[in-house]
Amino acid sequence: MDIKVRVWRQAGPSAAGKMVTYDVKGISPDASFLEMIDVLNETLILNGDDPIAFDHDCREGICGMCSMVINGVAHGPEKATTTCQLHMRKFKDGDVIDVEPWRAAAFPVIKDLVVDRTPLDKIIQAGGYITAPTGTAPDAHATPVPKKDADAAFEAATCIGCGACVAACPNGSSMLFTAAKIAHLGLMPQGQPERDSRVIDMLQAQDDAGFGGCTNAGECTTVCPKGIPMSLIGRLNSDYRKAISKR
Amino acid sequence: MTASDFWAEGEPVVDKAAPDGPVETRWERRKFSAKLVNPANRRKLTVIVVGTGLAGGSAAATLAEAGYKVKSYCYQDSPRRAHSIAAQGGINAAKNYRNDGDSVYRLFYDTVKGGDFRARESNVYRLAQVSVNIIDQCVAQGVPFAREYGGLLDNRSFGGTQVSRTFYARGQTGQQLLLGAYQALERQIGLGNVEMNTRHEMLELIIVDGKARGIVVRDMITGEITTEFADAVVLASGGYGNVFFLSTNAKGCNVTATWRAHRKGALFANPCYTQIHPTCIPESGSHQSKLTLMSESLRNDGRVWVPKDAKDCQKPAGEIAEEDRDYYLERIYPSFGNLVPRDIASRAAKNVCDEGRGVGPGGLGVYLDFADAIKRLGRKAVEAKYGNLFEMYERITGEDPYETPMRIYPAVHYTMGGLWVDYDLQSTIPGLFVIGEANFSDHGANRLGASALMQGLADGYFVLPNTISNYLAAGPFPAVSAGDAPVVEARKQVEDRIAKFLSIDGDRTVDSFHRELGQIMWEYCGMERSEEGLTKAIGLIRALKEEFWTRVKVPGKGEELNQNLEKAGRVADFIELGELMCIDALHRRESCGGHFRAESQTPDGEALRHDDEFSYAAAWEYFGADGKPVLHKEDLNFEYVHPSTRSYK
Amino acid sequence: MAVSGALLVLFLFAHAAGNLKIFVGLSDFDHYAEWLRGLGTPLLPHAWFLWIQRVGLLVAIGLHIWAATALTIRARKARPVKYAHRPKIQGSYAARTMRWGGVIIVLFVIYHILDLTTGHLNPEGGDSDPSARVVADFAPERWYVTLFYVVSVVAVGFHLRHGIWSAFRTLGQQTTKGERRAQAIALVLSVVLVAMYLSVPFAVLTGLVD
Repeated sequence: MDIKVRVWRQAGPSAAGKMVTYDVKGISPDASFLEMIDVLNETLILNGDDPIAFDHDCREGICGMCSMVINGVAHGPEKATTTCQLHMRKFKDGDVIDVEPWRAAAFPVIKDLVVDRTPLDKIIQAGGYITAPTGTAPDAHATPVPKKDADAAFEAATCIGCGACVAACPNGSSMLFTAAKIAHLGLMPQGQPERDSRVIDMLQAQDDAGFGGCTNAGECTTVCPKGIPMSLIGRLNSDYRKAISKR
Repeated sequence: MTASDFWAEGEPVVDKAAPDGPVETRWERRKFSAKLVNPANRRKLTVIVVGTGLAGGSAAATLAEAGYKVKSYCYQDSPRRAHSIAAQGGINAAKNYRNDGDSVYRLFYDTVKGGDFRARESNVYRLAQVSVNIIDQCVAQGVPFAREYGGLLDNRSFGGTQVSRTFYARGQTGQQLLLGAYQALERQIGLGNVEMNTRHEMLELIIVDGKARGIVVRDMITGEITTEFADAVVLASGGYGNVFFLSTNAKGCNVTATWRAHRKGALFANPCYTQIHPTCIPESGSHQSKLTLMSESLRNDGRVWVPKDAKDCQKPAGEIAEEDRDYYLERIYPSFGNLVPRDIASRAAKNVCDEGRGVGPGGLGVYLDFADAIKRLGRKAVEAKYGNLFEMYERITGEDPYETPMRIYPAVHYTMGGLWVDYDLQSTIPGLFVIGEANFSDHGANRLGASALMQGLADGYFVLPNTISNYLAAGPFPAVSAGDAPVVEARKQVEDRIAKFLSIDGDRTVDSFHRELGQIMWEYCGMERSEEGLTKAIGLIRALKEEFWTRVKVPGKGEELNQNLEKAGRVADFIELGELMCIDALHRRESCGGHFRAESQTPDGEALRHDDEFSYAAAWEYFGADGKPVLHKEDLNFEYVHPSTRSYK
Repeated sequence: MAVSGALLVLFLFAHAAGNLKIFVGLSDFDHYAEWLRGLGTPLLPHAWFLWIQRVGLLVAIGLHIWAATALTIRARKARPVKYAHRPKIQGSYAARTMRWGGVIIVLFVIYHILDLTTGHLNPEGGDSDPSARVVADFAPERWYVTLFYVVSVVAVGFHLRHGIWSAFRTLGQQTTKGERRAQAIALVLSVVLVAMYLSVPFAVLTGLVD
């Protein structure tokens, strides 16, 4: 199939960027979206142009590295699918496809489609863990965890930290990311001792990193490749209210 | 083939760190005899850890908890993205929670046997011992393992073992374990005990006075080259499956960290041992950039077949009559059928495709058919068991496996070889430790399912933090500065190489070379290797190397984010590694584990080991780009698990 | 936002209930207006209760707008560069229109006070009976006033549909069942409120109330 892509090109963090149109001819419908960009880049290199920089790694939908806003939707048109798992058969011959980076003040553009997502790590540093230094653990069966809680914790823990929620949020908020970690750890008995400080510290870190505030707009969950539900934000709010009232 | 053509033989290499005596107490005794570092002195000692997967992440966190100063490096934008995250199946541990006769000894036995008797008994026993601590540690960190209704941990049997010892978190065990290590690491970063450097790539090892004292890194955002110093360097940079270009590894996985160390004197052991996974989604065309693995469990209900007649291969599967189908695994291996081990299933698929009976694009695929299972169990039951896998298959191929049979093909999945390390996980360069998939230590010639996660975490959480203290007890070592001659030289090597890449300005892209290297490796050093093929491959690789250094085109500058420059360095190293892999495969004139030599098979086509000649680990020493690698053998002694032959007929 | 919003919703319902008095009779409606001013007497002087309530409302509105403004400013700062390609809606329409909806509602409230409370913009002037002002307002020849009123009330409806649900979430609602319940409550309350408010102008327009 023959398509056109309009891609955000930005030479460096402080350079001005613009959308540039490229023709991609004869691409297989079985190619993934990233493979389409690979093919385009091979042509660009041989023509002496600068290839498009983009983040990607595992290409099987789990590492969370790929990050493209395709036709205005983070990770593109297919539900619950990362960019790397999106295939060209989802588009039509002759389509013009817009590709932009995640846009958020907290995620400055490094080059073209590559952005800096380290603020998400900062949120985890602030409290997204259970303190359990190596060697201190009791036997794994010392504390049974109800299956219901373990399953719910797992669902929340499937977040891949890609940042699509931030990219989609009209407020540029990372609330769904933070809420997923709060829920994962808060649902486990091991996570109880730090539950109050965790939510307060992580929210503070989120604000400090320059993310916007949550208004429950719900666009995060519609683009989340792992389908993290918005109800976890309610859980975070509830945890926060309780934690604050105890202070 | 005589040794003198491609390699030379040197002195044997000996593991001096492992205690002898009863295997059960070796680890205890080693820990007791190891020197300790006073807690007050630990903060004066710096350790560099390269890589943040299960091994590197857990090691960095644990060393920081112990009080050492840690500097951590990864090429991704966050330590959470290391490729350990993609492991699906599970993690083994000899907990015996099922009371089904499992024990440390049995896990040890299974692993040595599974490794086709090419692993070191001491290391494997320790791995089995430590496995139980890993589960405790991970649960304490909040890893959401699958549980039963009673709230206790669930187990499953994996990879054909007779006991249920595999702990899992749905199909995303690697992700959940990595997040546990990542969170522990982030906590230490937040506390200021770990200096985290994301989007930084190690490009050279710095050796001062014979000791590993630092690394040269490139900041992948600015292109700045810096030299980083420490009292010890730990490489946890993963495996080298991407030498095949197409593999189930992440695109960024590379051999550069370990290869650079190899060039500086670290021995590289058993490079030819690669694990090929039989159930991956086949290539769909020349655009293919990686391969995706699907759980092996599919073979429990799916039937593997190809058309009997090559002429039928272009027809849709539904139009091929039952009597024209060749269920070749069931035919050749009547007792195990579709459930034969990974290497046998892979090789059989290659054989039928080589006969021209492969299906799908390029004829590189075989059918995995669920029609019978759907008839027998009903679509609902099949959906319940494999729904998510079918969905994944459909997302990638656009075909509905409920209607048309799946197409599968083997793909490179894991590399058992790596830098040679002793029992302390120290390489032949003092102060250079190697952990996880990057070392060669525990899996022998073949890795069992659910053992990769176990080894990564065993090394990072429990083994390295104990053994490294024995080395660090002699520190802090004299300060190193950027002006020291070996540092200046290492830095210059990196800068010159980058300048060289950028100056060639040829007419072929880096990827085109990588693809070509992959094709050579897959063809001649893949599922089946022969003397003729390997000799040919070595010639082809040498020619490719020549061409690479004269025709590669790397666009852009060094002082910016330049993904093609990154790739160029990795591919240049893969080309050199590829040659060594072929030499290693050529020298090992036996079939064992992931290494099948056409010349060494039983009359009915099964792998034939030669314990009398090859019961050793082959550790290779680098002797210049044009010099012959030198083979150092480490003899393997089996005091507990005695070599036997497997049979699946 | 949730707490100030909840107070305003309570007010909206009280106000709507009062409006419906007009169906009992125009003089009853006027009596109700007078009664409101007398509330709290003799403990409080005449109309003091009403003023206390008005001050309370102003504070709630002030907090609501302040919080909304702060969130909007943060949102702008959090995304300094806009997307070149942005599809209209990914979440819900009501959620996407909270900010512009809020501005429309503020403008409407100002007009509404000048019109029906002070009477400055009402054909009947400030000294007339409340019922007369209402009847004059929605007379068929002043269809544009009715239209503006309808648009504004519908805007309030949209605002509440997301706002009420969002308030539940902000206050910690987290279960799937609770979510469905909260969404249902938000929808029902918004629809009921819009119906209550629209019944009066339509009644005047169609001559049902005269």
